[in-house]
Amino acid sequence: MTGTTAGRFVGQSVKRREDPRLLTGHGEYVDDVAFPGLLHAAFVRSDMARARIVSVDVTEARALPGVVAVLTAADLNHRAGPLQPTMLLHDPANAPLRPLADTDVRFVGDPVAIVVAENRYVAEDACDLVQLELDPLPAVVDFETAAGDTENLVHPEKGTNVAQESAFPLDAAWDAMVAEAAHVVTETFHQHRQTNVPMETRGIVVDFDASSGELHAWMSTQNPHEARAAIARATGVGEHLVRVTARDVGGGFGQKYFTPHDELVVALTAAHLGRAVKWIEDRRENLIASNHARVDRSTCTLALNADGHILGGYIDNLEDCGAFPVGSTGGVGPFVGMLFPGPYRMPMLRWKSTAVWTNTCGRGAYRGPWMMETVAREQLMDAAARAIGLDPLELRRRNVIHAHELPHTTAMGFEYDVVTPDETLEQAAALLDYDAFRAEQERAFREDGRLLGVGIGLYVEPSSMGSIDPLSTETATIRVQPTGKVVVSMGSGSHGQGLETTMPQVVADELGIALDDVVLVQGDTASSPFGRGTGGSGSAVIGGGACREAAQIVRAKAFEIAAHLMEAAPADLEIVDGEISVRGTPARTVAFAEVARVAHLETARLPDGLAPGLGATASYKAPPFTWSNACHVCTVELDRHTGLVRIDRYIVSEDCGVMINPMVVEGQIAGGVVQGIGGVLYEHFVYDADGNPLTTTFLDYLLPTAAEVPTIEYGHVETRSNTPGGHKGMGEGGAIGAPPAVFNAVADALALVGARVTRQPLGPAQILALLP
Amino acid sequence: MPHVEMTVNGERRHTEVEDRKTLADFLREDCGLTGTHLGCEHGVCGACTVLLDGDAVRSCLLFAVQAAGREVTTVEGIAPAGELSAVQAAFRDCHGLQCGFCTPGLVVSVTAFLADNPDPGDAEIRDALSGNLCRCTGYQGIVRAVKEAAETLSGKA
Repeated sequence: MTGTTAGRFVGQSVKRREDPRLLTGHGEYVDDVAFPGLLHAAFVRSDMARARIVSVDVTEARALPGVVAVLTAADLNHRAGPLQPTMLLHDPANAPLRPLADTDVRFVGDPVAIVVAENRYVAEDACDLVQLELDPLPAVVDFETAAGDTENLVHPEKGTNVAQESAFPLDAAWDAMVAEAAHVVTETFHQHRQTNVPMETRGIVVDFDASSGELHAWMSTQNPHEARAAIARATGVGEHLVRVTARDVGGGFGQKYFTPHDELVVALTAAHLGRAVKWIEDRRENLIASNHARVDRSTCTLALNADGHILGGYIDNLEDCGAFPVGSTGGVGPFVGMLFPGPYRMPMLRWKSTAVWTNTCGRGAYRGPWMMETVAREQLMDAAARAIGLDPLELRRRNVIHAHELPHTTAMGFEYDVVTPDETLEQAAALLDYDAFRAEQERAFREDGRLLGVGIGLYVEPSSMGSIDPLSTETATIRVQPTGKVVVSMGSGSHGQGLETTMPQVVADELGIALDDVVLVQGDTASSPFGRGTGGSGSAVIGGGACREAAQIVRAKAFEIAAHLMEAAPADLEIVDGEISVRGTPARTVAFAEVARVAHLETARLPDGLAPGLGATASYKAPPFTWSNACHVCTVELDRHTGLVRIDRYIVSEDCGVMINPMVVEGQIAGGVVQGIGGVLYEHFVYDADGNPLTTTFLDYLLPTAAEVPTIEYGHVETRSNTPGGHKGMGEGGAIGAPPAVFNAVADALALVGARVTRQPLGPAQILALLP
Repeated sequence: MPHVEMTVNGERRHTEVEDRKTLADFLREDCGLTGTHLGCEHGVCGACTVLLDGDAVRSCLLFAVQAAGREVTTVEGIAPAGELSAVQAAFRDCHGLQCGFCTPGLVVSVTAFLADNPDPGDAEIRDALSGNLCRCTGYQGIVRAVKEAAETLSGKA
C-alpha cells in the first residue's frame, strides 16, 4: 500500500446523514411511492388454521365498481416460478410454497385470493365480498406433539410434520464423561412465540411494462438484490430486466431479508395483469401472516466436575417452523446445537435439533435467529450455579475463555481468534458493583421481604458469516466525479443502521477527504453491484470491507496521478484533508479534487498508459466467522402484589472490535436489548387450541414503550478483529443477550422464595402464579 | 362527496373528499404529505400523529371531514424547508431515530408535549412518549432528545 492517512471519521459519533430527511417527513418509504394508474391490492386470507377449500366464489367481488381483478389459485399458481430464496432454492426440506392456497389452507392468514382495485378502500370492500367456503380439519397447533402426529399433516405431500432433524448424538464417550462428572444438571426451557414488528409493515409497488418487458418494484426490503432475483424467478421476467428500489425502509429485524411470499404474489399479479399494483400490508396481516419466531423448547444438560468446571454440554432443541417458514427450511436448530458452548470451555458437545411444521404463521429470521443457544445455555448456567451452590458470576468466571487461551477451538470446531468474554463479564460486573448488589439484595429480602434479582447473559455472536453464500460477500463501487466528489454504491438495504453515514466514514478516511464529499447510494439494484443486503450483523465487516478495498484502489490511482503531476514517487505521498503531498514537504501539494479533474477532463496530463477516470469496484468476502461478544447484566425487582417486573439497572459490556460510529453501535445495542426485554416481559403472540390468533392488534401484542424501558448503561472493550477494518458485527447481539439476562434476573429473585421458572413470557400473571 | 375546507401547514385547502377517508389517507394521498406514517391504523402506534388546532391527534382515527374548518400541522410543517426545529435537531443529536418510520409521529407528539410542559421531569417524559411506539431505538436516544429539546427551548442550553 502506498501513502498513509490518519483515521479521522472512523471511531467518531458522526451525526447521521439520513436524519434530516427522516425527521422532516421527507423519507421515501414504499407507501410513499405513487403515480397515475397505480392500482391497489388486498389479500383474502384464510380464517381457519387447517381446512379443505370447498369453494371460492369471487363473482360478487369482481362485479364491485372499481375492482379491476380478483385472482385465485386457478388464475395465478400455474404462472408462478419458484418462490424460495436463492440460498435454499433446491433444499429438499422446503415447505411446498404456492402463491395462493388451492386445495386447502394451512394457517390463519394463508392467502386465498388477491383483489386489485382502483384504491385500497374498494379493494378491502371487495375482499369482504369473496365467498370462501372452508371445511375445517383438525389443526396442528402444539409444536411439542406435532412430530408424533401422523394423522394430521400440515403438508400432506411431505408425509410428516417433521421439517428437519439433525444431530451430533449422545454416545458412549458422552456416557463415560457423565459417569465421571460430579454434577449433572438438566433443565428444559421454553421460549414463546414472538414476531419482528417493524413499525413499517411489509409492502411493494410493482410496475410491469409489457412493451419493454421491464419490471420495477419499490419495496420495503433489507435485501434489494435478493428481491430482484426472487421476483425474476417468481415472474419469469429476466433478472436483468427487474429493478428493485428501497429508498427508506421502516425496520425489518430479519423479516425483510429474504423476499417474503406475499410480495412475490403481488409481483406475479402485476406481471400477469400488465398493470402497476401497490400492496401495503396492514398491521393485522403483519402480526398474523408475515413471520413469527422464537417458538423453541430446549432440554439441555451441563456436566461439571467438583470444582464447577464444565466437562460437557448437551442440547436437544425443538423448534416450531409454522406452516411456511420464511427464508429458511427447517429453522436454525443445527446452529443452536453447534453454538451451544458460547463463551465457555466445553470440551465435549452433543446436540440434537428437530424442526416441525404446524398450522401457524411461518417462522422467519428475527434478530439472532439461532439465539436459543444463548437463552438455553445462560439459563442453564444459572440453574447449574443454584444446583451446585455457586454464585452464577463465579460459575461463569471458572468457565469463561480468557485472552491467553486464544485461539480457542470449540468442541464443534469453530475457532475463536479475538474474543473477550472474560473482559466483558468483568467490566459489566464492575459497572454494576455486583458484590454490592448481592449485599443489597440480601438485606432487602431479609429486612423488607423485597424480591430483587440479578441476571447475566454472556455470549459470543457469529457475525458477518463468510461461510454462507450469498451472505458472505459485498461489492462496493466508488466513482469519483470530476469535482472530486465521491459516490459510493453498494447493494445494501440499510433500514435503520445508518449505512449512509457509516460507509462514507470508512471511505472518507481511506481516501483522506472530507466526509461531506462522500455519499452512499444504496437500496437500488439499478445503481449498485450485486450485494448481500443488510442483515446477519454483516454491514461493518463485509460492507465496510468492500468500501475499504475499493477506496484503497482509488487512492492508489489518485496517488499515481498526483505523483506524475508533482514529479514524485507514489510511495512518498500522503493525503490529509483532501490535499495530496510529498511526506515531509507539505508545501508540494495537489488537491484530490484536482487529481479527479485531470483524470476525467485533462487526460493528456495522465501518466502514459494510465486509463482515464477515477473509480473502482471491489468485492470483499468475509472470513467464515467474525466473532463479537458481549455481557448483559440486568437487575430487577418483582412486585409481590402485582407480579410486575421492574428493571432497575441494565448494563451491556460489548466488544465489536473497532467501532465505526459509537453512537450507531450503542443505538443498535439499545434496540436489540429492548426487543429482548419486550420478548421476555411483554410480547406474546397467542393462538388458541384451534390455531386462531388472539393477539392481532397492538392492544393485544404488547410492545415495550418508553414508560417501561430502563436506561441502558454501556461499557466497551475494543479489540481488533482479523478483518481489514478490525470491526466485528454486532447488530443482532442486543436481542441475543437480553432475554437470558432478564430471565435470569427474574429467576434469581424468585429463587429467594424457592420458586423456580423455566418458561416465558414473564408477565404479571405468570409471576403471580409462580410466587408461593 | 362532501366538500371540505381546512388549513394544512398554513395552506388553505378546498377539496372534495370521500366521507369515509381517514385524515391520514387524505394528508398522504390528497395533499401529498407522506411524512405522516401509518404503523397500525388502530390508534396505538402514534406514527400518524398530527396537530389539530395545536393538539396532537391520531390521524388514522379521524376522518378527513372531521378536520373541516380546523388547522392541521403535519411533520412537514414543523420547521421551514431545509431547517430543523429544536425537537428535530435534538433527535438527530441524540440518535433518537434509526429507521425513521415512527419518527414523524414522535416529532409531532414531542412538539405538542413540550409546548404544554416546557420543563418536564423524566417520568413525565416517559409517560408522554408512551403513546408512540418505536421498534429500533429502545427509546434511549428519544428520551435524551426530549430532555435536550426542552433545555434548548427553555434557553437553558
